[in-house]
Amino acid sequence: MRRVQVLDARGVARALERMAAELVESVGDEKLLYLVGVQTRGVPLARRLAELVADATGHEPPVGALDISLYRDDVGPWRAAHQQPVLRDTELPAAIDNKVICLVDDVLYTGRTVRAALDTLMDYGRPRAIRLAVLVDRGHRELPVAADFVGRTVPTSREEDVQVRLKESDEEEGVWIAREVEG
Amino acid sequence: MSVAAAPRLRGKDLVGIDPLSPGEIQLILDTSVQMREIAERPIKKVPALRGKTVVNLFFEASTRTRFSFEVAEKRLSADSLNFSATTSSVSKGETLIDTAMNLEAMQPDFIVIRHAYAGAPHQLARILRSSVINAGDGAHEHPTQALLDALTIRLKRGTLEGLTVAIVGDLQHSRVVRSNVLLLSRMGAKVRVAGPPSLIPIGMDQMGCEVHTRIEDAIAGADVVMMLRIQLERQGRMNFPTVREYYDFFALTPERLKLARKDCLVMHPGPMNRGVEIDSRVADGPQSVILEQVTNGVAVRMAVLYLLAGGHGEPTAD
Repeated sequence: MRRVQVLDARGVARALERMAAELVESVGDEKLLYLVGVQTRGVPLARRLAELVADATGHEPPVGALDISLYRDDVGPWRAAHQQPVLRDTELPAAIDNKVICLVDDVLYTGRTVRAALDTLMDYGRPRAIRLAVLVDRGHRELPVAADFVGRTVPTSREEDVQVRLKESDEEEGVWIAREVEG
Repeated sequence: MSVAAAPRLRGKDLVGIDPLSPGEIQLILDTSVQMREIAERPIKKVPALRGKTVVNLFFEASTRTRFSFEVAEKRLSADSLNFSATTSSVSKGETLIDTAMNLEAMQPDFIVIRHAYAGAPHQLARILRSSVINAGDGAHEHPTQALLDALTIRLKRGTLEGLTVAIVGDLQHSRVVRSNVLLLSRMGAKVRVAGPPSLIPIGMDQMGCEVHTRIEDAIAGADVVMMLRIQLERQGRMNFPTVREYYDFFALTPERLKLARKDCLVMHPGPMNRGVEIDSRVADGPQSVILEQVTNGVAVRMAVLYLLAGGHGEPTAD
């Protein structure tokens, strides 16, 4: 396994600061903003963005957590011998109706997680708008999905693995590209 | 005992608690906790089992369990088909296996079965491709009941480990007691059972529980008291003189409940015979979690359906 670091802890912090600034500017009225992290690493990223938004505007937006396992398209008949994903908390502390939801995830890849997240959110209410913020966009979209706020665009091949590590859940912080090396 | 949750169920079926490891039991309970949240949503339905067909094959009367499975199936977007023995070809003499083989020819994914004969679900599980879920087989097992009981206790007490659980009543005819003793002892709880000697089956003491013939001995200091229904329809001969006498010696009354811990939970799998095995003042009292058991039943059945739908081949690399 060969790993190449593309963002260190400082790089992650800077990327989030820029994303938070862009988010505040695009939403206009920060009281409408509501951050929702996709389990698992989207959740701490959403919390960090919310703090940065609060620093900039004096208003701390609500933060929710979304588990999309029950809406995935790669379980059941499409992958019959695979285990079901372990379910995590879905917690939306306030109604999402008429809010500008910013979905937050660590990596944007095929776009299938985002599709599932949109369907999950729609079962909770009718937001005014949904935006998408990701720390890393690695390309290879399979669905017509694009992020509104991107920390870092990283060209990858499908054989590579993008590893996001955050201090909330891991022993290190940063973004790496990993690749199996033959022999 | 600390148990690492298994990431998957090993079998294609849920025929009983007996084949489950502690890790598998924990996985079902953890998944059930998440499933409870779906009932709080504005739209109480997720697409996880879209396109799956479930046959609810009930050869015995049931309100709670059949409705609970049906609600669970609908919340997961599965298609439910309900079978009742009275309006089917069973009344024309068709055998269980023929009925099941014919239903399977219509390609269902799950068969939920309740049958008066112990082992009926196991037999179907062996011959059918569908996942078979035991919803009660004779006096043998009722695994989803034990799982929902365990979930109710875990949500109230945080753990099952180290708790003392008393199960009182008709032990002879109860599948609930068997599944509960297996599950609770496997998860580190101490189980005491009590009932009239005429309703204690031979070998009960070898299941890993203490056996008592006085309710007072079983519930003294208990964290949980689970009352079993006196199954008046299954009493071949009278195993106790009168219902009134049963109440006098074995019912859970407010006075007897004082012997247990102050915060002891009162449970009953239903349907209750008020004034026979349980006094209404206890059934409707502040320590009763009987209706929460029903709510948790839906979540547990959703978890079992969801986990079994994941397939049962060797895990593939992600």
